[in-house]
Amino acid sequence: MIPLSWYVIVAVAMFCIGLFGALTRKNAVAILMSVELMLNAVNINLIAFWRYLYADPAADPTRALAFVAIVFVAAAAEVAVGLALIISAYRQRNTVVAEELDLMKG
Amino acid sequence: MPMQIFFLIIAAVTLISAAMVVTVRRMMHAALWLVLSLFGVAVLFAMLESSFYAVVQVIVYIGAIAILVIFAVMLTRHMMDDTGRQIAKNWWAALVAVVIAFGGMVVLVLSWSRFQVGPGTAPSELLLLDFGKALTAPNQFAIPFEVSSVLLLAALIGSIFIAVERKGGQK
Repeated sequence: MIPLSWYVIVAVAMFCIGLFGALTRKNAVAILMSVELMLNAVNINLIAFWRYLYADPAADPTRALAFVAIVFVAAAAEVAVGLALIISAYRQRNTVVAEELDLMKG
Repeated sequence: MPMQIFFLIIAAVTLISAAMVVTVRRMMHAALWLVLSLFGVAVLFAMLESSFYAVVQVIVYIGAIAILVIFAVMLTRHMMDDTGRQIAKNWWAALVAVVIAFGGMVVLVLSWSRFQVGPGTAPSELLLLDFGKALTAPNQFAIPFEVSSVLLLAALIGSIFIAVERKGGQK
């Protein structure tokens, strides 16, 4: 039997790795990949909680699944828009280094 | 015991490839490590008896998003491949913050007794059928489902609008 905490700890570790990448990477595409890792960690959490706490047929398990579906959709939309922004910035500024994209710096 | 050993192997593969994604120097290699990490997450979904989301993970993340990331890497490749640092100078501060966050969350997870539970009753075979019906039933999730489809459409149109190359100047 695998306790729920194992899945949650794996998700926490994956989230922290993604957070580290998002904080330290210079390349904007790499930052987006790190954000992907963080979103996936959240998905592991959601599915694990669904399986362990809400999969009982008496407890209406479709609610949790609908929640996960909407998180998936939001993640997919985020990546599409983020990559389009990076391509657009690359075309206009000819760089993907996050530090050099300082047009809105005060 | 074999389930636990299998889980630990899958978790190790997922986390090590995730660590490679954020540390490896070449962007293309990072994208390929990302594919391995996403595949490990799909296996974790399958272990959680959520076959639908395991398949969705493979199709949406590995099939679509990873390919999109690889396209972006290839389109912007000659920029900073192999030259210069890939990691910001104050990476150690980020590492300290991340380790503190990880430790705090693990302590929280281990201290709450409900996290030690095992899996409850298995989901029924007909769950996917119920889920499909619930997504389209007006008194359940028809409106969130439609809202998320509108969100996807808006993201699609928005990303085309952002990324399209405009003819005739206008930088």
